[in-house]
Amino acid sequence: MKEEIAVAIDDLTVAYNYKPVLWDIDLTIPKGVLMAIVGPNGAGKSTLIKAILGIIKPIAGSVTIFGKPYKNQRKLVAYVPQKGSVDWDFPTTALDVVLMGTYGSLGWIKRPGKTEKKAALEALEKVGMLPFKSRQISQLSGGQQQRIFLARALVQNAEIYFMDEPFQGVDATTEKAIINILKILRKAGKTVIVVHHDLQTVPEYFDWVTFLNVKKIATGPVSAIFNNENLIKTYGINYQVSVLE
Amino acid sequence: MTSAQIEIQLIACIVAIACAIPGVFLVLRKMALISDAISHAILPGIVVGFFVTHDLSSPLLIIFAAFTGILTVFLVEFIQKTGLVKEDTAIGLIFPALFSIGVILIAQNANDVHLDIDAVLLGELAFAPFDRLELFGTDVGPKSLWVIGTILIITLSLLITFFKELKVSTFDAGLASALGFSPVVLHYGLMTVASVTTVGAFDAVGAILVVALTIAPAATAYLLTKDLKKMLFLSVGLGVFSAISGYWLAHGLDASIAGSIASMLGVVFLSVFLFAPSTGMISVMYKQQRQKIEVLLLTFLLHLKNHKEKKERHVNHLGEHINWQKSQAKSVLELALKNNMIVINDDIASLTEKGNVFTENAINYITDHSEEAIEEMKKDFFLFRG
Repeated sequence: MKEEIAVAIDDLTVAYNYKPVLWDIDLTIPKGVLMAIVGPNGAGKSTLIKAILGIIKPIAGSVTIFGKPYKNQRKLVAYVPQKGSVDWDFPTTALDVVLMGTYGSLGWIKRPGKTEKKAALEALEKVGMLPFKSRQISQLSGGQQQRIFLARALVQNAEIYFMDEPFQGVDATTEKAIINILKILRKAGKTVIVVHHDLQTVPEYFDWVTFLNVKKIATGPVSAIFNNENLIKTYGINYQVSVLE
Repeated sequence: MTSAQIEIQLIACIVAIACAIPGVFLVLRKMALISDAISHAILPGIVVGFFVTHDLSSPLLIIFAAFTGILTVFLVEFIQKTGLVKEDTAIGLIFPALFSIGVILIAQNANDVHLDIDAVLLGELAFAPFDRLELFGTDVGPKSLWVIGTILIITLSLLITFFKELKVSTFDAGLASALGFSPVVLHYGLMTVASVTTVGAFDAVGAILVVALTIAPAATAYLLTKDLKKMLFLSVGLGVFSAISGYWLAHGLDASIAGSIASMLGVVFLSVFLFAPSTGMISVMYKQQRQKIEVLLLTFLLHLKNHKEKKERHVNHLGEHINWQKSQAKSVLELALKNNMIVINDDIASLTEKGNVFTENAINYITDHSEEAIEEMKKDFFLFRG
C-alpha cells in the first residue's frame, strides 16, 4: 500500500540575518502519524514549523502539504503556537480566542456566526474548558490557557495539526488531557506534529519522531529510530543517555 | 453657545474619536511610542506638502505627511531588524532625525512661507472655525471638520470591516499569518491609519497633543475593561468627554483648548488609575491589606485545628503561641468570631463546625489547587477572589 504523504519538505534552508538556523532539511511526514520533533535549544524546531506554515520565509527549498503549497492548503492545517508567544492580558475571553480558530475558514471580512460559535463551544467542551468560556484569558492558569489554544486548533477541524511545545508549563493532568486528545486525533486519521522537549515521554506519547539540530538527524517510527545513536548525534556526546534503559 | 463654540467642540470630539480607535490597537500592540514618533516625524512631510500645495488641509499634504509617518515605522523596523539596536532606541534615533529635517526646512524657507513650528506642534483649535470650506459658493463648515470627519469615516469603516483580522493579528500574529491574514499588511494598514489621523488632526490640536488623544483614552479604558469592544467604546467615550470638558476648562481659564483637553485626559487617566473599582491603586491596596488579614485568619484557624491542648488556644496567649502582636491577634480574633468560624468558652477558642469545614477546604485548595475547588471556595471565602 502506498503511504499518503501529509507534509513534504524539500531542501529547506531558513536563516535569520543570513545565519542559517535550518540547513538543507529534507523531510517527509506520512499521513496519520503522531510525530515529535526533538532537539536541543536553538535546534530550529519552532522555526521548522513556522517555515512550513509560511510564517517565516525560507531562503531556499519548498514545502508541500498533501502535494500542494501551503497557501492553497491553509484550511487543512491547524497551528498551536507557543503559549508564551502571545500576551494573555489581551482583553478577550476564552470563547473568543477559540473562535479565532474559525477565522481561517471564514476568510477576510466575514464574521463568525452561530455555526462558528457552536463549533467553538464544542471544542471547549472537548478540552474540558466549557465552564470557563466567559473567563477573561488572563485569569486562566497556564494549563487552562494551553487547553484554550488546543481548543482553538480543534475548531479548525484540520487534517494536520502543528503544535509548538504544548506541554510547556502545564501540570500533569493537563498534559494527560492534551495527549489523550492528540491520540484521538491520530485515531481519526489526522496527522499531528508536536515540538517536544521531554525525551522521557517520547516512546509513550508518539509513534513517529524527527531528530533535529539545524540539520535533520533522523526521522521515522519511534520504535525504529529512537535510540542512543540518534540521541547522541542530536544532543552531542555529553548527553546523558538516561532515557533508554 | 455660539456656532463657533459648537464647531470647535464638534471638531475636538471627532478628532478624539478618530484618534482613540487606532490608539486602542497601538496600546494593545505595545506600540504607544510609535504614535509619538509618527507625530514628530510627519513634520518634514507637512513642510514639503505645504511647499507644494500652500494649504495646510489639502489632501495632497495629508498624503505627503502620512507617507513620512509610514516611512518612520518602516525605518524603525528596518534598523531594529539588523539586531544592532533595540526598538525603543531605533524610535529614538529615527524621529528626531526626520523632525529635525522638518525644522531645517521651515527655517530655510521662513521668509517665503507662512508656516511656523508652533502652529504645527501645538495647533490652535480656536482658529479652526475661521478656515471655512466653500462648495459651489456656499459655506459648508470649517475645513478641518471636513478633513477629520472624512478620516474618521474611513477609520470607522476599516475598523468595522477588518475588526476580526485586527483582533487576531494583534493577539496572535503567528496564528494570523498561518490563517492567511498577513500581519504585515494589517500592521502597515494600522500604521497608515495612525499616520493619516495624526496628520489630519495636527491642524486642529497640534502634532503633539494628538499623542495624548491617541494613547490616554486607550490606556484608561484598558484599566476599566477586559473586553476589546468595550475598550473601543470606552476609549471613544473618554476621548469625547475629555474633549468637551477640556474645551470648557479652557473657556473658564482662558487657556489653550488643546492643552486643556490633554490635561483633562491626564486627569481622567489619573482618576481611573487611582479609583477604578477593581484595578485602581486604592482598590488594589485595599485588597492587599484585606488579603493579608485573610491569610492571618486562615493561619489562626489552622492553628486551632492543629492544637487540641487548651493552653495553645487561650485567647490571651495567642500572641505567645503564634507570635503575633496583641492588636493583630485581636483583629484576627474578631474577624473569626464575626464569621462564625470560632466560639470562645472560658477564654478558650475552638473551631465551630463551619470553621472546621472551611479550614479543611482552604487547606485542600492550597495544597491541591484543584480547579473545581476554587469555584466553590470563592463563594465561601474572600481569600481567593481573583
